[in-house]
Amino acid sequence: MAVVFEKTKALTDIPFHYCPGCTHGIIHRLVAEVLDELNLTGRTIGVAPVGCAVFAYNYFNCDMIEAAHGRAPAVATGVKRARPDSIVFTYQGDGDLAAIGTAETVHSATRGENITIIFVNNAIYGMTGGQMAPTTLPGQITQTTPYGRDTNTAGYPVRICEMLSTLDGVAYAERVSVDTVKNIATAKKAVKKAFTAQVEGKGFSIVEVLSTCPTNWGLTPIEALDWLRANMIPYYPLGVYKDKTEKGVKHHD
Amino acid sequence: MADKVLMKGNEALAEAAIKAGCRHFFGYPITPQTEISAHMSKRMPKIGGTYLQAESEIAAINMVLGAAAAGVRAMTSSSSPGISLKSEGVSYIAGSDLPCLIIDVMRAGPGLGGIQPSQSDYWQVTRALGHGDFQLLVFAPSTVQEMVDFVFDAFDMADKYRMPAVILADGMLGQMMEPVEFRRGDVTDLPEKPWAACGHQNKREHNIVNSLYIDPPALEKLVQERYKKYEQIKETEQKAEEYLTEDADIIVVAYGASARIVKSAVNSARKLGLKAGMIRPITLWPFPDKVITRRADTAKAFLAVEMSMGQMVDDVRLAVGGKKPVHFFGRTGGIIPTPAEVLEQIKTILGGAK
Repeated sequence: MAVVFEKTKALTDIPFHYCPGCTHGIIHRLVAEVLDELNLTGRTIGVAPVGCAVFAYNYFNCDMIEAAHGRAPAVATGVKRARPDSIVFTYQGDGDLAAIGTAETVHSATRGENITIIFVNNAIYGMTGGQMAPTTLPGQITQTTPYGRDTNTAGYPVRICEMLSTLDGVAYAERVSVDTVKNIATAKKAVKKAFTAQVEGKGFSIVEVLSTCPTNWGLTPIEALDWLRANMIPYYPLGVYKDKTEKGVKHHD
Repeated sequence: MADKVLMKGNEALAEAAIKAGCRHFFGYPITPQTEISAHMSKRMPKIGGTYLQAESEIAAINMVLGAAAAGVRAMTSSSSPGISLKSEGVSYIAGSDLPCLIIDVMRAGPGLGGIQPSQSDYWQVTRALGHGDFQLLVFAPSTVQEMVDFVFDAFDMADKYRMPAVILADGMLGQMMEPVEFRRGDVTDLPEKPWAACGHQNKREHNIVNSLYIDPPALEKLVQERYKKYEQIKETEQKAEEYLTEDADIIVVAYGASARIVKSAVNSARKLGLKAGMIRPITLWPFPDKVITRRADTAKAFLAVEMSMGQMVDDVRLAVGGKKPVHFFGRTGGIIPTPAEVLEQIKTILGGAK
């Protein structure tokens, strides 16, 4: 009988701890499929964040390092400089990447560090129980914005792909979503393109993935997908924000 | 083996690190350690190494974590306020059982403090360079030659015990010039690191470098095992210099640059017929308590001299264990004590002679 679907080799047998309806599982799977297809697992080192994906080091079958909150791009930089022939990626959430780790994110990007960042944006701090994230939308209710995010006092959400796309060190920046089968296919292409850019030494690559958090949004998984489409995609438009993967950022005209 | 060359302490230390096999330096500019970074930025590109000026002290120490996790000899250097910023990363490095080298060229604090020499990071480095139960190997050079020699020892012991090592110098040692000899040549036979996250090449299970243990009994067991290692280190790795302690009535305890001043004061005291001696801790952790405890039986009094308001003196008191009085003299704020001031203290303690 023909095998039409099987577990990826780049994931271990350890069951995910993610909540029902959370899209981390899909995103893990996409990264793992790409590592398998590009035959990279043996020479890849992943860096796990602090946040819901903290246990990513148990799930990915490549060598893994657990970083402090926000520091994954700095850790990845150290790994890449020590082992330039390896493939290095970080897997980070919005609090990790866009709040406490903003400096590490921006400066690894501006150095054109030849690493790949998978950035999971679900507009909330999931692991600590649903507080405001840097990407929480205006008016969005969270545990620490109980009356909705008031931009007069809490400021505005950060659009990471737009911001990073202004930096010369960034070779590739794309925002995708995993809310539909079609978008999942697009997301996978983006992840593959990001890793391929790194294999070819083109510079910093980032894929921002809009993700759901049904538990902390207080919605069912289906409602959460609808909420993402109705609220997140308009604020965080999908698409390619930067693509210098032809020449790479290390090339000087 | 090698010729003597005249070098500034900071530069000598940096060159020693290269000779010790370090090819990965991550730093951030801060006075008075900047010559280390400058030397690395000049040398590393010529020898295929990495010099990376990070965006912050926090990023620099986490880059060290990444490089150390990937199995190479990695280091960073800073001075007191920068070391405070690094403490998060140091805790994670210790909790992940990674070896690395951290240089602290101390300046005066607290806060922005000043840029003149100080020894007021003793507590920070020997007690609490980050959250959690852990220790660091801490070496205190007092000559430019030791700035060189201890780099090799620090990297070797960090690798041997899989823990971070600190060289605790001060602005005086960093900035002074002295003749040095590179007694060890280029180290090439670095130890194997089978635990490193460097890509498994599909030949072994995946390695995980991690400090998270969500299960309390598992974490307690791991920390207890680490403390067994610390006990072993305390047993075997204490180092101190003893100077004229055999018949000494008063033993002055001082490390680093302060020990140079104390040695002059001890010599002056001897010329006056006063039986003074010195114990100079070389390892600050493990603190050389055995030699102090032993001398507590023969000496009549101890005097700790530091460029601080009194930090190491706590360890001296613990080692003396109440057997003899322990006095303290210190200058702080970037002021270096003079031999005459120390001699006055010795005279006063030995019978009130003025």
